[in-house]
Amino acid sequence: MTTAPAPIKAKARLGDLVFSRSAVFAGSMILVALAAVAIFLIVQAIPALFATNEEASILETNFWSYVGPLVFGTVWAAAIALVFAVPISIGIALFISHYAPRRLAAVLGYIVDLLAAVPSVVFGLWGIGVFAPAVVPVYAWLNEYLGWIPLFGGTASATGRTILTAAMVLAVMILPIMTAICREVFLQTPVLHEEAALALGATRWEMVRMAVLPFGRSGIVSASVLGLGRALGETMAVAMVLSASQVVTFELLTSVNPTTIAANIALSFPEAYGLNVNVLIATGLILFIVTFAVNAVARWIVDRRKEFSGAN
Amino acid sequence: MTATETAQTSAPGSGTPGGTPKGGIPSALTAGHLKPRTPWLILVGSLALSAIVFGVLATGTGEYNWAGALIVGLIVYAFAVWLFSYLVEGRRRATDRLVTAIVTGAFLLAMAPLISVAYTVVSLGLNRFDLEFFTSSMRNVTGEGGGALHAIVGTLLMTGAAAIISIPIGLMTSIYLVEYGRGKLARGITFLVDVMTGIPSIVAGLFAYALFALFFGPGIRLGIAGAVALSILMIPVVVRSSEEMLRLVPNELREASYALGVPKWLTIVKVVLPTSIAGIVTGIMLSIARVIGETAPLLIAAGFTQSMNYNLFEGRMQSLPVYVYTQYANQGNPASAYLDRAWAAALTLILIVMLLNLAGRLIAKFFAPKFGR
Amino acid sequence: MSKRIEVKDLNVYYSKFLAVEGVNIEIEPRSVTAFIGPSGCGKSTFLRTLNRMHEVIPGARVEGEVLIDGDDLYGPGVDPVLVRRQVGMVFQRPNPFPTMSIRDNVLAGVKLNNRRMSKSEADTLVEQSLQGANLWNEVKDRLDRPGSGLSGGQQQRLCIARAIAVSPDVLLMDEPCSALDPISTLAIEDLIEELKQDYTIVIVTHNMQQASRVSDKTAFFNIAGTGKPGKLIEYSDTTTIFSNPTVQATEDYVSGRFG
Repeated sequence: MTTAPAPIKAKARLGDLVFSRSAVFAGSMILVALAAVAIFLIVQAIPALFATNEEASILETNFWSYVGPLVFGTVWAAAIALVFAVPISIGIALFISHYAPRRLAAVLGYIVDLLAAVPSVVFGLWGIGVFAPAVVPVYAWLNEYLGWIPLFGGTASATGRTILTAAMVLAVMILPIMTAICREVFLQTPVLHEEAALALGATRWEMVRMAVLPFGRSGIVSASVLGLGRALGETMAVAMVLSASQVVTFELLTSVNPTTIAANIALSFPEAYGLNVNVLIATGLILFIVTFAVNAVARWIVDRRKEFSGAN
Repeated sequence: MTATETAQTSAPGSGTPGGTPKGGIPSALTAGHLKPRTPWLILVGSLALSAIVFGVLATGTGEYNWAGALIVGLIVYAFAVWLFSYLVEGRRRATDRLVTAIVTGAFLLAMAPLISVAYTVVSLGLNRFDLEFFTSSMRNVTGEGGGALHAIVGTLLMTGAAAIISIPIGLMTSIYLVEYGRGKLARGITFLVDVMTGIPSIVAGLFAYALFALFFGPGIRLGIAGAVALSILMIPVVVRSSEEMLRLVPNELREASYALGVPKWLTIVKVVLPTSIAGIVTGIMLSIARVIGETAPLLIAAGFTQSMNYNLFEGRMQSLPVYVYTQYANQGNPASAYLDRAWAAALTLILIVMLLNLAGRLIAKFFAPKFGR
Repeated sequence: MSKRIEVKDLNVYYSKFLAVEGVNIEIEPRSVTAFIGPSGCGKSTFLRTLNRMHEVIPGARVEGEVLIDGDDLYGPGVDPVLVRRQVGMVFQRPNPFPTMSIRDNVLAGVKLNNRRMSKSEADTLVEQSLQGANLWNEVKDRLDRPGSGLSGGQQQRLCIARAIAVSPDVLLMDEPCSALDPISTLAIEDLIEELKQDYTIVIVTHNMQQASRVSDKTAFFNIAGTGKPGKLIEYSDTTTIFSNPTVQATEDYVSGRFG
């Protein structure tokens, strides 16, 4: 510093310090919160892993034989839901991005997003009250004429509250997010590729097949995986629609259905006591780990394709 | 202009089903075409056919299956239009028309549950959408009467508390990520926010329960525990949307502010935030709309009750989604009274969510600053 | 109000990459100095080191001294925020704050720093600054309209008004006319001519006619090739640079025989 008439003085800027510290603090809170979720679940889950049916009344023999059918049911329901949701969401996304008039595209996208605004408990109510009764005749028909396929075998449910119904409701619930991602990727297709295809005399479908779908493939995959993550964790719709029992079966139309981890927790937790609570929390931990893995895969796919940003 | 449209309009009036152009001048560029209105005629025909078939079937059961008739009609249309097109226009054009029908059908198929849900909720919800429903609780109510005031109050309190927890943390985290974040911590936080986005809502409920059970013993159900569960779900949404909005603020504005000798924190508070505030508020509204419909975590962490409870820190607290669920799950006599209350609560819930969504989008539309040049 | 700038042996780094090397220059008060040179030669980077704006870019750092009337900008404990209040800057693209009215944009430097000011003082400052930027007559009836509603040239003059409202000693301009049409450019050039009565002005420009029209002295920067640091090649009176440069590279550049 020199002895100039207006020397520049250094000043510790309190505002800057406080502000940046609180920003760092808030960011760290996320670290803390997530660590807390993991730690608390693990601590509460550990007693359940070694519990017997004498200690925890909901266990038949031990924890692993209890959780096995639940994991199966969770994956099975989510997988069926994906079978419905993937083609339909690709179809909707294509319709909005390449088939519907440009002026309508935004409005149609908004309408599909409205599905995401319906709370899951309302879907549950609708599933039992409207959808399940509506599909009973279809199930009866499938069972009668296609019963020789193992999937449609057994005795058809009279209420329609089967895993197929639950999976279809799940499919409706994951449609908006999957459609939104697919649509975004399809809209990013380079116009040059599309025009190149059209200039070769391709019909619209050929253009879509040559330019749009190859470009959007990884987007479709990551949309599917994210949809899978949602479907695995979805609770109320399954809990309400499904008439559940602890079994492992691939039959879709009967009234004896495997249930999912999340639905089982929701149904059993309010009345649970003692070690039963720990058992349910342990199943929740397993669900957490499974969805974590699925989301990590989705992220990995998204990261591999950098130009597509926005996993949500 | 797409290939099919071009082809259709380039040969107006030419081509009848099953033949080459008769009216206009034949040229190398006019192949066989279906007239623009032909597909529509096929559509009407298919629907009519399906309607008649279902009508015949209905004489047996006495109940007419509208949805079935519509779906079968559309399937018939897809095949019919493919067949006509194949005969007149060839295989490629036929495939194109088939795919168009399928893609449009996928959209319509997705609309079916939306319309059905909306119709059901409104028609059944209106049965009990009355004054008593909004002014009384379920205390000492068996059978008819009663309301959801305790659930509405609980939802507002718990969602409000969740917002109070989530908004500062979420917003400051997004500010950290955009304005300060560098290196490992920022990447770690981004990753964890992604992980948090994927937490199943029921797991958030279990966490809140486990957390409070540690301090207050097992079996604890508190409104604040519900709020904690909701904020676990809400924080990542707030971070994501705010981060996106902050990144939209052009760097030039920050530089302009720095060049005026404004410290960084004042630049953020007075330039960056005001520029992006509309988008941030929209994101927050949408995140509230997302968690306000959550049932499972509240069922686990806050429990359910029939009475008013204004205290987040004392006793169980009812909420609208859990109210819907409990009214359905514990039906008394007469069952219709319980189901009517459930639907009325569902209608209330959907209206709240829709209002939040609408308000959020309107804010985004009307209050966003214009970067006009 | 107007101060002298002395730069001694200045090196600018982006992390490990040396972007500008060994600049020595003296800029007189109440004069216009133009920096010219090919793209990527470091003239904008160097300009930004004169008010420490380069620090906004992570990893950017400086070796050497920049003295403003003898005060070293990079001395120990110097606050870059206070530096920037004395050395104002106008950017390539006009960037008025979109959330503020024209009036608030002019007052931004004052208001954003939480300084209190009476309404009459504020009114005087707004009028003075807008007069100073030759914008007063065009906007005096719509001071409460958003600044983003003005034309590009008006926006740029608004940004100049905003910069001079905090009464800096030095005004740095980073290609202020490159996003403007010829008529707006002329208005800005006339304005620079007037502003030089009160401020030390340094302007980066790609337009050599502009440099010859507005500047008293001109500095030519160049790089030997990509990946090499930019250097100050020649610094002299504008007339000398454009009519009789001593270095061959300068002559090639100003006569368009470059590259």
